[in-house]
Amino acid sequence: MSVVEAIDLHRTYRTSTGTIRRKWIDVEAVRGVSFAIEKGELFGLLGPNGAGKTTTIKMLITLLIPTSGTAKVLGHDVVKDAREVRKRIGYVFGGERGVYERLSGYDNLRYFAELYGVPPGEQKQRIASLLELVGLTGREQERTEGYSRGMKQRLHVARGLLHDPPVVFLDEPTIGLDPVGARELRATIASLVDAGKTVLLTTHYMFEADALCDRIAVINKGEIVAHGTPAQLKQNVAEGAVVEVEIFGIPEGTVERVRELPGVNAVSVEEREQAQVLIVQTPADIELTHAILGRLDGANVGRVSRREPTLEDAYVALVSSGE
Amino acid sequence: MKALRIMAFGWYFQFKAISRSPFEGLFQIIWPLFFATVAFLMFRAGTDPKTLLYASLGAAVMGMWSATSTTAGGAMQRERWHGTLEALVASPPHFSLILLPITLAMSTIGIYCLVATLLFGRFVFGIDLTVEHKVAFGVSIVGTVLSFGALGFLFAVSFVRFRAAWALGNLFEYPVWLIGGFLVPLVLLPDWVRPISWVLAPTWGMNAIRESALGGTPWPDLALCLALGVAYVTLGVLALDRVLGAARKRATLSLT
Repeated sequence: MSVVEAIDLHRTYRTSTGTIRRKWIDVEAVRGVSFAIEKGELFGLLGPNGAGKTTTIKMLITLLIPTSGTAKVLGHDVVKDAREVRKRIGYVFGGERGVYERLSGYDNLRYFAELYGVPPGEQKQRIASLLELVGLTGREQERTEGYSRGMKQRLHVARGLLHDPPVVFLDEPTIGLDPVGARELRATIASLVDAGKTVLLTTHYMFEADALCDRIAVINKGEIVAHGTPAQLKQNVAEGAVVEVEIFGIPEGTVERVRELPGVNAVSVEEREQAQVLIVQTPADIELTHAILGRLDGANVGRVSRREPTLEDAYVALVSSGE
Repeated sequence: MKALRIMAFGWYFQFKAISRSPFEGLFQIIWPLFFATVAFLMFRAGTDPKTLLYASLGAAVMGMWSATSTTAGGAMQRERWHGTLEALVASPPHFSLILLPITLAMSTIGIYCLVATLLFGRFVFGIDLTVEHKVAFGVSIVGTVLSFGALGFLFAVSFVRFRAAWALGNLFEYPVWLIGGFLVPLVLLPDWVRPISWVLAPTWGMNAIRESALGGTPWPDLALCLALGVAYVTLGVLALDRVLGAARKRATLSLT
């Protein structure tokens, strides 16, 4: 039996436009997502903003009811047995919200320790060891309103682990953290799997998924567009090449013009200080550099290079294939 | 036992969270003094010294009610803004065990208002605060606080589903002063208002507090006040699963 099992999950949001003549619109956030996570696995759900990662995770942790499809955690249905699921899972949302700001970090943990049924005799020791794990020892008596974003996120991690759950859901836990803080948090996440926990991690950082996950499902526009080990996903673009063009002030419509070139697989733009870098994925046996430069509309061009594709390129190719 | 522990700790935690703001605490004390001033000025024309105590207690319970009705909605709004509502809903206990302590903590804040108003009457207007049945008076206050918390719970159930429902608290604030007979005796109100008064626990809580202070029999009023409180909680618990189901279906829990 898989620890987490999602079968054909759909989730539609109803939203409206207009004030007097209100028009209702159905937005399909998740469209038939299926996957299974085995015991002790660190499974990554990778996708851009708005891909449906958070909606999927919220259905699994019982905060949202799926429009259709089913999901089970440790054999318990997330809709029918929500309470049983809640007892067995921990979850961590990225961001600063979700803590009682007027109270100390310790009080926040005490409250949730009670809610999660941590035996009173074990609470102190459990909280102390989690504070140690997330590096908040010595700061626990301060009000959380004075905590940095990273500290609040680490407090979220501690809260999610209070009752020592066998399954942990992490929704973009490193978002907005500085590089050192994010690296420390990634080390903590890796240690969860070493401790025998099953983890579902959502992220839009490719390198994070690559470094941590045993398997990855790439989600885009509510659908899983690829899944496999990081090595298998890299294989999808291993035969290609990547052309990078540094441009100082990219003209409007450049991405669309380059994408129209025969042989171009994917186009993306990355901001780097004062310049933008146009990243174009092409087949390995076609040389498109001149054709790309011809589509730049006289823009100020800096360095031009051609390189082997990385896992990030595989991800970009996957999420831009439906555009 | 476990449920009681969750509720007791929840009350303590929420009370601590609310009472941490000195500004809001001051506000809870100063605010009812305006009601008290108006009440004393209205009633001091009377010659019976008990009239002023009557007015003083009415003003004190007005403050308690205002604190509960307006802050219960604010509390749920605050849970939404802080993003803690989802964290609470996603935890294993039945949500009523989490929500009821929040509203009880709010109504406990109302005791500040009561004490502030009575002391204000004593030291500024020289009102004699002699209470005839001291134990009954204390028990009546506790019973009234509990029933206010229960009514706040019923409101809070709707705040979970509807974001703008916090305004309900404000909407009910002034009418209950009147309908609950806080300042004006119920016999002066039109007949059709009476049934509404009877289903409001504050009406009976107010009666119980006055009866115990002025030398009457508070127990029947207190029993009715508590029975209505139990009825509000029962209704709230029954509605809560349905309301939470709707919120999970419509994805409104994370909205601010």
